[in-house]
Amino acid sequence: MPAFPKKLLWVLLALAFLVPLLHPLFPDVVSDYRLFLVSTMIIAAIAVLGLNLLTGFNGQISLGHGAFYAVGAYTAAVLMDHLNMPYWATLPCAAVVCFIVGYLFGLPALRLEGHYLALATFALALAVPQILKYKWLEGLTGGVQGIVLSKPEVPFGLPLSEDQWLYYYCLIVMVVLYWAAANMLDSRSGRAMMAIRDQYMAADTMGIDTALYKTVTFGISAAYTGIAGALSASAIAFVAPDSFNIFLSIKFLIGLVVGGVGSLAGSVVGGIFYVLVDNSAQALSMFVKNDLGLQFDLSAYTVFGILLIVLMYLMPMGIVGGVYLAVRRLRALRG
Amino acid sequence: MEQFLQQIASGLANGAIYACVALALVMIYVSTDHINFAQGEMAMFSTYISWQLMTWGVSFWFAFVLAVVFSFVLGVVIERAILRPLHNAPVLSIVVVFIGLLAICNSVAGAIWSYLIKEFPSPFPKSSFGIAGVIGPHQLGVVIVTLVVLGLLFAFFRYTPLGLAMRAAAQNPQMARLVGVRVDWMLALGWGLAAAVGAVAGIMVAHIVYLDPNMMGGILLYAFASALVGGIGNPGGAVVGGFIVGVLENMVAYAGNQIEKATGIYIIGNGEKLTVALIIVITVLTVKPAGLFGRVVVKRV
Repeated sequence: MPAFPKKLLWVLLALAFLVPLLHPLFPDVVSDYRLFLVSTMIIAAIAVLGLNLLTGFNGQISLGHGAFYAVGAYTAAVLMDHLNMPYWATLPCAAVVCFIVGYLFGLPALRLEGHYLALATFALALAVPQILKYKWLEGLTGGVQGIVLSKPEVPFGLPLSEDQWLYYYCLIVMVVLYWAAANMLDSRSGRAMMAIRDQYMAADTMGIDTALYKTVTFGISAAYTGIAGALSASAIAFVAPDSFNIFLSIKFLIGLVVGGVGSLAGSVVGGIFYVLVDNSAQALSMFVKNDLGLQFDLSAYTVFGILLIVLMYLMPMGIVGGVYLAVRRLRALRG
Repeated sequence: MEQFLQQIASGLANGAIYACVALALVMIYVSTDHINFAQGEMAMFSTYISWQLMTWGVSFWFAFVLAVVFSFVLGVVIERAILRPLHNAPVLSIVVVFIGLLAICNSVAGAIWSYLIKEFPSPFPKSSFGIAGVIGPHQLGVVIVTLVVLGLLFAFFRYTPLGLAMRAAAQNPQMARLVGVRVDWMLALGWGLAAAVGAVAGIMVAHIVYLDPNMMGGILLYAFASALVGGIGNPGGAVVGGFIVGVLENMVAYAGNQIEKATGIYIIGNGEKLTVALIIVITVLTVKPAGLFGRVVVKRV
């Protein structure tokens, strides 16, 4: 898939930075709640980006990225709660911890491929809430109760509200991570990652250290998703084991498939998408009940499930890939 | 000592459930090379169907049969409508479709019957038998029902022409097609049977774990572990693996309890059941992917 047009990217970025400044002009449109929602979208986008690095660009399927998200969130929460670390300093720590955990999980994953890797990671996702409740960790993790934190404070006396600052904070982190991922993929290492995905044996024969690349990619991918987890811990100001269940990993998968497997820009679209659907589930359910007259509580997961299946048939490259294909076909029609 | 025997007995009862779900997984794996991540949720859905029938006044066993037939049809329809067109799709697409099915089954069951936990009746008499101190009537009943189901399945595959055709279609589709077996339909039938076996497991376990849309998550994980221990391509192995894993699960918790009693140090208990399953899954996959009874597949490069 071709790179996202650069000019458009800059325009979008500038818009993203300017939007909160419109708050005094349109206080209802650019409300704090909306900015908070967008912040959660950005966090979701980072998590999906991490999954995409592994599944989309390196060809290793993971159904268990919720686990790394949980590790990131808990690392941040424990550091803030027990060591009073400032919220921004937890991000690199979460990244390092998740990189190590991901790298270690990548070692047995080396021996698995396709369905088996999906199975192992699925098992991981199912077991995460229980692992977090483990009695010996209770002193750190707070057991079933979880840990209550406080929201990031606005630094340097900037004239911003808490949610506005959170928005900028998440946006800056995402821009840095996106830039790093784009550069990595555009480098020798990135090409090696994709070569392993496309033709494992050929890549091996060409002298690429496949084992090293696969495990390190696992680590980097886990670090990305872990950073998203750490961000979410500060954003929501709360972590609890049962929020990191299998359905969290399914949401990342939705983001991956909707946005496009193997597309960086798609990851952002996918992250935004699943948060949107998740948040409008209530409205969707009301629509089904009142306007269609069906006695049925439509939940976000019904929509997700149907979308997963339908997209696999109609747009296996996701929405970004699908739009790109459509544009190309239109151009070809015009001659 | 009696406590120890009780643990083994309840392990066998759990094992019977795992064996059923593991067998369902293996039946689909053998014929299509797919791992059905939605197996547990499909079974959960069928269990709700039987519960619904019972609240409408149908007797337990009649509801049981109807729900099993329903799951058979559901399995056939899912195979024909959703998975057939994806037969040669990449692994990721197939995994994604299964996860989609899982999400749909779970959320639709939640939408229709709500996420509230429900009691599920046991069909077995409450009276005690000679071994009642060791094994409860429901546990014994579960073991008997699953053994009967497994026996019927074995007889079906071993002694009927249709069973033979299905085995042929799974083992060597091309040759089977040449001798006139309708391979596509055999795969769909296999899916139906797998769904039906899963439904039996769901209805049997619902009395123990209570009925709710997330009840099969842990059981599915244990079924994966069972199938892997037995060798994922081996139906008999899956059944044996189910019993092994069921007993092992209880033994680990029991040992953890004893250690805590003796030394006061908590290492492992009932709260770590899923973690134990995860460790089994990853260990078997990395150390001995063929399982105890599986054949090692040699691939030509």
